[in-house]
This record gives sequence, structure tokens and C-alpha cells, in this order.
Amino acid sequence: MRPDDRKYLETHEWAKVTGDIALIGLTDFAIHELCSGNEGDLVYCDLPETGRTLEVGETFGEIESVKAVADLSSPVEGEVIEVNEAIEDHLEILSSDPWEQGWMVKIKLTKKSMDHLIDAETYESMLAKQS
Amino acid sequence: MKQTPLHDDHEALGGRMVEFGGWHMPVQYGPILEEARHVRERVGLFDLGHMGRVRIDGPDALRFIDSIATNHCARIPVGSIRYALFCRADGNPIDDLLVYRESESVYLVINAANSDTDLAWLREHEAGWDVEIADETVTTTMLAIQGPRSTQVLAGVCPEGDIDALGYYKFTVTTVCGLADTRVSRTGYTGEVGYEIYLPNDAAQGVWEELLAADAEVRPIGLAARDTLRLEAGMALYGHEIDATHNPIEAGLSFAISFSEEKGDWIGREALQAVARAPRRELVGLTSDGKRVPRQGYGLYRADELVGEVCSGAVSPTLDTNIATAYVPPELAQAGTQLEMDIRGRRQPVVLCALPFYSRTRPKN
Repeated sequence: MRPDDRKYLETHEWAKVTGDIALIGLTDFAIHELCSGNEGDLVYCDLPETGRTLEVGETFGEIESVKAVADLSSPVEGEVIEVNEAIEDHLEILSSDPWEQGWMVKIKLTKKSMDHLIDAETYESMLAKQS
Repeated sequence: MKQTPLHDDHEALGGRMVEFGGWHMPVQYGPILEEARHVRERVGLFDLGHMGRVRIDGPDALRFIDSIATNHCARIPVGSIRYALFCRADGNPIDDLLVYRESESVYLVINAANSDTDLAWLREHEAGWDVEIADETVTTTMLAIQGPRSTQVLAGVCPEGDIDALGYYKFTVTTVCGLADTRVSRTGYTGEVGYEIYLPNDAAQGVWEELLAADAEVRPIGLAARDTLRLEAGMALYGHEIDATHNPIEAGLSFAISFSEEKGDWIGREALQAVARAPRRELVGLTSDGKRVPRQGYGLYRADELVGEVCSGAVSPTLDTNIATAYVPPELAQAGTQLEMDIRGRRQPVVLCALPFYSRTRPKN
């Protein structure tokens, strides 16, 4: 079971909300799809500048592995106030710890409702249907 | 989706299975770059059951194939193999293939994704020739063993002793893992010493498992590493360097095209002669030290001018940089030309170079 302290976008981004701040990351499933569990196969992750405002579903970056490129879509609406700088030189944290150390951006929410996102249970059943 | 006789073996080995040309095939078993490196340094085993295999028999077999394929097949010595293409009248290919010359027939190995098109093409042009076209794809299978140690490993399971002396692009019929009358060719798609082995379906598992067990260094290798290896070796892939709008002359495949009088006319000959007189572009290699991996369709720019397009790209474990093939105008096709690659709106510098990136027999520098 994936963490139920956060909510999910069908495109595999997660959002963990504390007050009016959300941490955004990418699920283990998406990372595994890109690199098949071989963290050395991740080659690049492009993250936005702080200060950028994002809408739900807006592309905020790209992640690339040896075999594919994927867009990163924002699960929330708000302003990027911090970017996880550790990722650029340590892409492996996305694979080794996608839920905590592997957060990508911190967003100050302009819309707090997360009703448009799915919970961990729904996300799990979505993955189960895909496989 | 079609499955090769080794499907269950791949799943047991942890292979990541994907659709490829209508077949359910292993794209990787572990890290792609490690698999590619393993073949360059040691030895890897590939399931190539998805490749199309077609036999053409009959008194007109050679003349028939010479009227369709680009190479001069009647001149292939018995026991030898040549690379060739099937082209349309406009000179653009519908596929590329290997032609095995047997004493009474020819045997073709074609791409999985193009097999149906190729067979329809052969049957469409069969009228008037005394030939029999037999699709052996689903009744047979094939493996490849590739890498510097492949000769030693394969010779160890071939007691007739004819593997060591087998020349490049030659084949023999021998005993492999106790299986008599098995065709083995010294061919491959990796740029290494290597062999391809043709088997009846019911023998595939036994031979695969025996080869894997023959030496601790034999590892299964997926299609992703195979693609990296062929790109490093500068070998074309249909759908990338060649397709319905990219002809073999501009792709640098003139070695596989015969305009000789003796071969007679063939489909696409006139169009390709015209291309040979005035090529509009040239296939080149490029390297890029940036982080992004070149991928098919990325544009190449000189300042604001779009001057080319990437055909295939990969992280090269052998060169330790990003590599790609691309078409550029002939006047730009010089090693050292600096261009920029557009990656979804961002630019990354690239430098053109000659193909291949890697040659076992002609090491660069």
C-alpha cells in the first residue's frame, strides 16, 4: 500500500499537504516504469524555478531515463516556493526514497481543496487494473 | 500478442516484457547499460524469435529475389549471407533483411514489424516466377550469442568443430547442443563477434538453457541493449534510419545496393540511381555531452535554421556519452560540425562525427 498521508494524480504525481503548503513528488510506480528499478538508468530531471505559479495538471518539469522522457504534471494549484536541489546530482533518491527524500517541489497553495485528487486506495486499484 | 518458445524463460529470468513488432519480448533483464557493456566485454544471449524467417525455393528463387532485393543475390556464394533491402519503385525501403544463400534456395531474415508487409510484397510479385514462398517464422525460432567470448562458448556446445573457422557473414549447418542439422551464422546486430542460431520451436528452450549454463559469463540480454549496441555499431534500424521516406543511399547503405547489368532490373533501381547522382542529405553520427539523451524526431539547428533531424539516440556505455544518428544536408556532413539539438524547446550542443561510433576491428583513435 502506498502512503495514505497524501493524495495522487492519475499521472502518478503525489501531493502531501501540511497547512497551505504541499510537497510534490512522483510515485515509485512511475519511477519504476522509467528505470525498471535501475536507478542508474535515470539521467535527468528538470524542475521549475521558484516563484513560478502552477495550475492543476500543468507541466512543471520533465524526468528522463535511458529509455524514455516523461512530463511532470502539477497535482495542485499554487506557487513554487522551493525546489529539491539534491535531485539534480542525486537522481537515485527518486528511486530509493520517492516518498520523503525524493520530493521535487514545495508549493504554496492558492487552492486548498484536494478533492480533484485520488486517495491511496483508489490509486492502488488504478495500478492493479493496469497490470 | 505472439510469444516465442522462450517466453516463460524470460519471465522466470525477471525480464521486463513489452510489445515489439506484435511479439511479447524482453526489453531488459537488468540495467540496460550494464547489459550493453556485458556484450561488449563478455558474452550475451538474445531471443530473436520475433524476427521474420522466410524460405524461397524453386528454380527461379535467385532471379526472383534479385528482382526485388537491392543486393546482387545471384552472386552470393553458397554458404554466405548478404545484407539487402526491399524498396518500392520510389527507392524508399519497405524493409531491410539478411539473405542466406543455400544451394537450392534463399532464406530471408526480416524485421518482425514488417513481416506481413514483406510477405505480401513477395507474393504480389511472385507471378511469372517458379518459386515457393514459405513463411517459417512461427514454426522456427532463432537465438543470437554475441560478444568477445561468444566463439568460445558456442564452440563448446558444437562438437563438429566448425565454429572457430566460420567467417563473418557465413553460415554452417552443424550440431548445436546435441541438435543435428542446425544452422549457425556468424552474424549479429551488435558490432561484436557473434552468431545467430536457427532452431525448431521445440528445441529452443533446451538450447537457450544450455547456452546460459555453459559459462557463468553468459547473460540474457534484452532488446533495449541490443538497440544501443547496434546504434554504437552504426547499423540501421527500419523505422529510424530507413523508412518509407528515407532511402538507403542517403543512409549510407550503398554497399547493399547493386546497379550491375548482370543483376538486371529490380524494384527501386531507377529511383535509387537518381538519388545516388544527387543525394539531398547524409546520415551522420553525433555526440552530445549534455544531460539529455537524443531521441528520434528531435530537430537539429544551426542558429535558427532547422537543418536536420535525429533518427535514433541512446546513452552509449561504450563511448560514455550520448550518441545519435541524424540526417543533415551533405554540405554540413563533416566530422566536427557543431549544431544544436532542440529538446522540447531547449537547446543542447551536439558535434557531428563519422559512423560507426564503435568498431571492433577499427578502434577509433
